[in-house]
Amino acid sequence: MTLESGTGPDGAPTEPATPVAEPITPRDLIVSASPHVHAGQDVPWIMRQVLLALLPGLLAGLWFFGLGALRVLVLAVAGCLACEWACARLVKRPATLRDYSAVLTGVLLAMNLPSGSPWWLVLIGSAVAIGLGKAVYGGLGYNPFNPALVARVFLLISFPVQMTTWVVPQGPGTALDAATGATPLGAIKEAVGLGRTVADAGAPGLRDLLVGNVGGSFGEVSALALLLGGLWLLWRGVIRWQVPVAFMAATALVTGIAHLADPAHYASPLVHLLGGGLMLGAWFMATDMVTSPVTRRGLLIFGAGCGLLTAVIRLWGGYPEGVSFAILLMNAATPLIDRWTRPRVFGEARKLYREADAA
Amino acid sequence: MANMGQTFARGIWKDNPVFRLLLGMCPTLAVTTSVVNALGMGLATTFVLVCSNVMISALRNFIPRQVRIPGYVVVIASFVTVVDLVMHAYFFELHRSLGLFIPLIVVNCIILGRAEAFAGRNGVAVSLADGLGMGLGFTLGLAVLGGVREVLGSGSLLGYPLFGPGYPPMLVMILPPGAFLTLGLLLAGMNRLEERRAIRAGEKYEPPREMDCGNCVLCKPLASLAPAPPAAQKSRNSSE
Repeated sequence: MTLESGTGPDGAPTEPATPVAEPITPRDLIVSASPHVHAGQDVPWIMRQVLLALLPGLLAGLWFFGLGALRVLVLAVAGCLACEWACARLVKRPATLRDYSAVLTGVLLAMNLPSGSPWWLVLIGSAVAIGLGKAVYGGLGYNPFNPALVARVFLLISFPVQMTTWVVPQGPGTALDAATGATPLGAIKEAVGLGRTVADAGAPGLRDLLVGNVGGSFGEVSALALLLGGLWLLWRGVIRWQVPVAFMAATALVTGIAHLADPAHYASPLVHLLGGGLMLGAWFMATDMVTSPVTRRGLLIFGAGCGLLTAVIRLWGGYPEGVSFAILLMNAATPLIDRWTRPRVFGEARKLYREADAA
Repeated sequence: MANMGQTFARGIWKDNPVFRLLLGMCPTLAVTTSVVNALGMGLATTFVLVCSNVMISALRNFIPRQVRIPGYVVVIASFVTVVDLVMHAYFFELHRSLGLFIPLIVVNCIILGRAEAFAGRNGVAVSLADGLGMGLGFTLGLAVLGGVREVLGSGSLLGYPLFGPGYPPMLVMILPPGAFLTLGLLLAGMNRLEERRAIRAGEKYEPPREMDCGNCVLCKPLASLAPAPPAAQKSRNSSE
């Protein structure tokens, strides 16, 4: 970032910054007392940005899975809005339907479900996401776990059959009752579990994984579309780079080492990066600002933990996919990470700070 | 006599061990996967509780204060052994499904708690009523929990299928998370009922201390929440 034509907090144009040894960001220069200039970001704005960023992934899912996916999406959003309204009514609080947070939860939940999910599965998921994932803690901002992921894991544990009945993508003409098949990661896990090699699994190529022409949850298939949305969020300043980068790097590192050691039984890190829910999780779920740490260092630890756990679950766990479990586990660790990475107040002595922290 | 009736009734609702005192959480959460298990566990505990209450109350003037806890535990452990062997002999299936939790009744804090708080200080007859009330209250709590979990998690009640073959059971409810979810929601519902009763009676409602309501703002009216900074949601984002 440069300061060539910025404006100061009082609106006056600033002088072009002279080159110094350490780069200074504009924020370092804001020293005035309040009131500050408001960036115009609020909860509905952030939620709208995330929804917009999800559009490419959504459209890709709708393209590959057709009407079934649209039905899941409509049901999930309607279910989440209804639950939000009902929960607010139960505790006599004003309903927060207009901040788009329930809509976003609904969209994320839908993207985490198979496109052939029965209607009751989607509605139970919506109730769990809003009711047990958010409202019982006191609403948006108080929830320790990502509501959509709480619902997904609840459904996965409750209804393993329905949650792993994946529809094979057939293009926009996909009818409501379509053929089902395995996800790439599921096929690999099964082949390796039977003592065969990764190549035997017949998993789709990298190009299909990138575009999304594979079986899976309705919103997770197209790595490219999700990546585009994620980068847009990064550019808009809604999310920070630390979580997705650390997430993907850690996954790539662990799966890469395993692949180098035994390529016959461990798929290449590219398959792991592009397959499953990693892109959706790394860019849209783990970056949820309510449930991730505050500090930059904390975000790096958080992202790396997510990636590490994902890789461990995928390679050696019972499930073929571990993104949702990994993110929920790191959500639980978030308060701890925030404590560990509390920045030192300017001027505070290191030793004193340690003592105060230990006390 | 009125005293005995009151003592008995207190264990069922007002001081219900599961829903009000939050005691004996280990068996409460672990064995309530079905109504049969819950009833078996509850009645076994009730038997031990009644017997130990009576015995300890009868012996209360003979046990020296300094060694009363080991004394109580010996009494409780004897009755637990009786229950364990009887169930092993006559209810083998139930004994097998409850497993380790039968011997663990020894360390159930309701039993030691009632011995210390009640039986060690009161007469035999009242202690019997207390043990019976607490035991049946515990059984009731377990049965409610087990009922909810069995209906949702297995689609059956007392082993009889309720919904026909088309019903997909919600497996999570008979797994450990289901126990916590059900207990939490039941406690919330119980709190709600008590709050409404207190408001109707014109009293101020204080939830039980064990529920740790001090850290939660959910049921407090919005106005009572301190001036919540309206920018709290976005401060993390805009300050970076």
